[in-house]
Amino acid sequence: MQPANFIEEAPVGIAEYRITSSPGRLIALGLGSCVAVSLYDPVAKIGGLLHVMLPDSTQFNHNSIKKPSKFADLGVPLLVSEIKGNGGKSSLLQAKIAGGAQMFSGSDNGFVMNIGLRNAEMVRAILQKLGIKLIAEDTGGNRGRTIILDTSSGSVYVRYAGLPAKVI
Amino acid sequence: MNLSPLFLDAFQEVGNIGLGNAATSLSQMLNAKVEMKVPRAGFLFFEEILPLVGGLEEVVACVYLRVEGDVPGTIVFIFKQESAFYLVDMLLGQEKGTTGMLDEMGESVVKEIGNVLTGSFINAICAMTSLNIVTTVPMFAFDMLAAVLSSCFVTINNADDQVLLIETSLLQDCEQITGHFFFFADPATLDKLFSSIGFTAGTF
Repeated sequence: MQPANFIEEAPVGIAEYRITSSPGRLIALGLGSCVAVSLYDPVAKIGGLLHVMLPDSTQFNHNSIKKPSKFADLGVPLLVSEIKGNGGKSSLLQAKIAGGAQMFSGSDNGFVMNIGLRNAEMVRAILQKLGIKLIAEDTGGNRGRTIILDTSSGSVYVRYAGLPAKVI
Repeated sequence: MNLSPLFLDAFQEVGNIGLGNAATSLSQMLNAKVEMKVPRAGFLFFEEILPLVGGLEEVVACVYLRVEGDVPGTIVFIFKQESAFYLVDMLLGQEKGTTGMLDEMGESVVKEIGNVLTGSFINAICAMTSLNIVTTVPMFAFDMLAAVLSSCFVTINNADDQVLLIETSLLQDCEQITGHFFFFADPATLDKLFSSIGFTAGTF
């Protein structure tokens, strides 16, 4: 299933977040171990997409953090308050997440920590802490993903290399 | 982090020597002339690195290796899909166009190229600096550029958004093979590298 393509897709780069009202479309291109968090208020039809790279900001020196939205623990609350500040209701938010793959095969220890898995776990934990329902996810595996949020319907499209997009 | 231009020049020269050696090794493997662009050294944001290689969703073959020892860091090779196929054909002595996907054999050929290039890069640096650097087993991915490169990037585990890197591209036979090489230096180990090439710690 392919999203209709008459609406421009606004890119959400790595460690960034962005919101848009309906009709609108946000896209995070080529996620590997990164996780895209889509939050959508179906009543106000406002939604946002966050592209996190690392799970936990507390492992780093606070002063050295220049982009809080790089981290799952800081980025999710930032996206929530941005949506609230623009007319969305936190209690109505529906979350969908995708990404968190383990891209590399091989025996090297560098990937033992599996950041993709930890990104997804941290996002789930933060969503639960904030009382936001996680209604769909497509995480893990070993393939890269492109994620599109359509704010007219709240649909999230997930596209793998060489395959048509699917809806979650 | 701020480094003086002199310092970046020195870092670039290290890259130049290492990569010149790597390009020669690849020439010998392929029995064909391999050209190398003058390497760039600098601090770059992740968003600046991706466009050096191609489109975010473009499918690429990527070899990732950690280097350990005196100067820990990460080495990443990226070959565009068609270049990877062509390399496999050349090395297996097949007619160009035979390989249309990377099976286990193709994957190990690309990994081996990564191994040889890294080995010659590191050897040249070790010979010049008398540093002890060892390479680890290569890891492989074949997928969207942004997905593989961002996944390499997170293993550097750096809260800072910029990384110090050496970047170059290798060309064979008028761009039939285009490969990109990245060396990401671990921030904590720069002192050692720079003092080995004659800088006094604290002056950069």
